[in-house]
Amino acid sequence: MTIADVQDVLKCRIICGEEYLDREVHSACGADMMSDVLAFVKDQAVLLTGLCNPQVIRTAEMMDIICIIFIRGKKPDEDMINLAKERGIVLMATGHRMFSACGMLYSSGLRGGAS
Amino acid sequence: MGEGIVLKYNVPGDDFTRAGEASGAVKSQLKQMQLSPDVVRRVAIAMYEGEINMVIHAEGGTIEVCITPEYIDMVLKDKGPGIPDVEKAMQAGYSTAPDNVRNLGFGAGMGLPNMKKYTDEMKVETTLGVGTTVTMRIYI
Repeated sequence: MTIADVQDVLKCRIICGEEYLDREVHSACGADMMSDVLAFVKDQAVLLTGLCNPQVIRTAEMMDIICIIFIRGKKPDEDMINLAKERGIVLMATGHRMFSACGMLYSSGLRGGAS
Repeated sequence: MGEGIVLKYNVPGDDFTRAGEASGAVKSQLKQMQLSPDVVRRVAIAMYEGEINMVIHAEGGTIEVCITPEYIDMVLKDKGPGIPDVEKAMQAGYSTAPDNVRNLGFGAGMGLPNMKKYTDEMKVETTLGVGTTVTMRIYI
């Protein structure tokens, strides 16, 4: 599926990176602990998180994650948005909770990837 | 450190929001050099975890990266409190990080274990009250 499909499934609001919505994504992970993201993901394209600070963007950068979804309507600040823009990372927000958001994406075909 | 391209960074200890700048810079440099994505990612993750550790525990420090045709060395040096029990610190899940760090998404006790997992060689030299030096190597 594409990032645009993800946006559609979760009814996301796009914060930045509209120009990258046609990128393909095959796997995702949901985590609030960035150390867990760094420990267990391999080729994860999408990160769902309730954490909202610049280290979320940095973590995505290190892991080649191309799309971050903030759950429960978390709002990144200007610094975070600029950081994401510089790195070509799509930021989106959804009102869904973590469990529901992950379940909806899984049902739509997104997987957890290799651990 | 062997011959090769040497990159040096200062990691400021007072600004958590900037932690990761050095690792990000190294990652773009390695990408430009067209190293394999796997190597680039492993270097980035190991260095980033180390950089975060420096900011959380040691009020910053210095990082030296040496890129040779065969391997990449990373030397992270700080003048922090030192690690009382390295063996314990290497256990997944063991953490001495304060709660405010956990609220930021770190402090799960995965830093050093992750660094070990992603590197081919890793050495931790530490003296209480003097500081810690972590040396990591990843073969290309």
